[in-house]
Amino acid sequence: MGKKVNFLGKTNKNSLKGLINFGIIIVFYAFITILKGAGGLTNALEGQLIPICAYIIMALSLNLVVGISGELSLGHAGFMSVGAFTGVIVAGAMKYNGVNANAPRLIVAIVVGAILAAIAGILIGIPVLRLRGDYLAIVTLAFGEIIKNVLNCLYVGIDNAGLHFSVTDEAHMDMAAGGTTLVRGPMGAVGVAKASSFIAGIILILIVLFVIQNLVNSRTGRAIMAIRDNRIAAEASGINVTKYKMIAFVTSAGIAGAAGALYALNYSTIVPKKFDFNTSILVLVFVVLGGIGNMTGSIIAAAVLTVLPELFRQFQDYRMLVYAIVLILVMIATNNEKIKALWKRFSAIFSKKGGNVNE
Amino acid sequence: MLNYLISGISLGSVYAIIALGYTMVYGIAKMLNFAHGDVIMVGGYAAFCASTYLGWPIPLCILFSMMICTILGIVIEKLAYKPLRNATSLAVLITAIGVSYFLQNIALLIWTSNPKAFPNMANFIPAISLGDTTISSTTIITIIASVIIMIGLTLFTGKTKMGKAMRAVSEDKGAAQLMGINVNATISITFAIGSGLAAIAGVLLCSAYPTLMPTTGSMPGIKAFTAAVLGGIGSIPGAMLGGILLGILEKFAQAYISTQLSDAIVFAALIVVLLVKPTGLLGKKITEKV
Repeated sequence: MGKKVNFLGKTNKNSLKGLINFGIIIVFYAFITILKGAGGLTNALEGQLIPICAYIIMALSLNLVVGISGELSLGHAGFMSVGAFTGVIVAGAMKYNGVNANAPRLIVAIVVGAILAAIAGILIGIPVLRLRGDYLAIVTLAFGEIIKNVLNCLYVGIDNAGLHFSVTDEAHMDMAAGGTTLVRGPMGAVGVAKASSFIAGIILILIVLFVIQNLVNSRTGRAIMAIRDNRIAAEASGINVTKYKMIAFVTSAGIAGAAGALYALNYSTIVPKKFDFNTSILVLVFVVLGGIGNMTGSIIAAAVLTVLPELFRQFQDYRMLVYAIVLILVMIATNNEKIKALWKRFSAIFSKKGGNVNE
Repeated sequence: MLNYLISGISLGSVYAIIALGYTMVYGIAKMLNFAHGDVIMVGGYAAFCASTYLGWPIPLCILFSMMICTILGIVIEKLAYKPLRNATSLAVLITAIGVSYFLQNIALLIWTSNPKAFPNMANFIPAISLGDTTISSTTIITIIASVIIMIGLTLFTGKTKMGKAMRAVSEDKGAAQLMGINVNATISITFAIGSGLAAIAGVLLCSAYPTLMPTTGSMPGIKAFTAAVLGGIGSIPGAMLGGILLGILEKFAQAYISTQLSDAIVFAALIVVLLVKPTGLLGKKITEKV
């Protein structure tokens, strides 16, 4: 009997938690809109709104891999990069063909960016998901570097005949007169026609939350978490390990691609170097600090840690140093058995059900 | 052609020395010490400071650098990794990334991001000329150093008591402890040796490519890990083979395909090897027991 109540209570708590995430995002949007109306928003902060949305989505996406699937991806910026450059090319091509409205360009860019990033996720997932733990991390890292290097020598242009690609220089694209160059190698995409907006970012976060929470609370999600908790036991229960890992990984890659498209279409210039290993680590810091597997935590950590450096510009030099120390301390505090035991005892004193410590 | 081959072997030898550090730590502590590449950077800076600011002779500089790195390795292990001995590999890896970033940013604060010109410390023997190609002193010393280190390590792990203890810990920590082996001390010594090797690698790397920056170590570190995985992680000859293969591949890719794409080609090779042989070229396949 007691077990049943517990079980019901837990499901209710899950759906409540999901609603809280939606609530936070909507309150955040309302708060920013009111602040904007009251003129309380500085220019610097206003410029950060879309990057905040993009980083929140990135954190949610990485949390799906790290927290739910239990694998470490160190190349998430690579997927973001695929989405970003695909988005820029698609939006640029649409503009060239006379589509000037922002909304359709952004939507198509995000969708195509997400699809291409998901395809990249499948391509990288096939070799990677056969590996475990550390190997997987290093291969995703390698993948991120490959993407960065390839984009560094990619030239894309458009003319009346369609898209032109080259991996050497602009002249090799053989474009007809009147064509525009969209991406020029290490210089990146220059003269991007911006299309992102804050409201679009918020809507995208809500969609991503909906997708992730439904995935996590479904049969598929439970299978993914079962593999995370005990691979061998899950396999013995008839769960297809590769398939479910792939679902989590590819979904996450697609979401990262969508975030990339949103991010890129907020700037007039975007370079491949922006999506390097540091960006992957930055997103990892959001996930770790927010709590691995905790989506609400990811949202808050991503938003706060994107805004804070803007507010404390004079401490810019110490920012990554502080992040590094925070990473180490959080990992030790949450994983050391002694500290864990201490923490349990500590919280037992303050909770009424002190007797349930060992549960 | 011969030129590229020799410079490839030289670069590969440096990768091999770094990879040996990775492979030893991975074999014994079962963790990917992501900060290993940054220990190389610290070793480079230590040697640089000893020689440029203090004016010490070269052998003393190298010894000083090794000493600093050895201490650093032990301190990192004690403070960051030891509390996580029984944690998941994900937690340890994230901590290691944190340590790597910590070292890079400390170096950034102390020495700024301006590249320092590293004095060549590996040119005390004459260069050899083979026909039209000249093999530089640094190249010869790098190759000789890596061979000596590999032979030394093989003998050390094979013949000495400490080496036996290391192999025992690597196979089964619990059983080793029951046999009276001090597991914590063994792991500390492994870190000390790996970090000492990193100092040598740092000096050799900076002698060949004399720009020293806080990020100097990270790319060679990642590539050396790639080399260790390529050769089969945990295997000493594997690290050597993987390192040299990777060095040659990188130089040839730079020469014949594209300088910009050479890193991409190196990493693509890793992915292909892991796809075909997930345990690397010389790695042993371990079946998992429940």
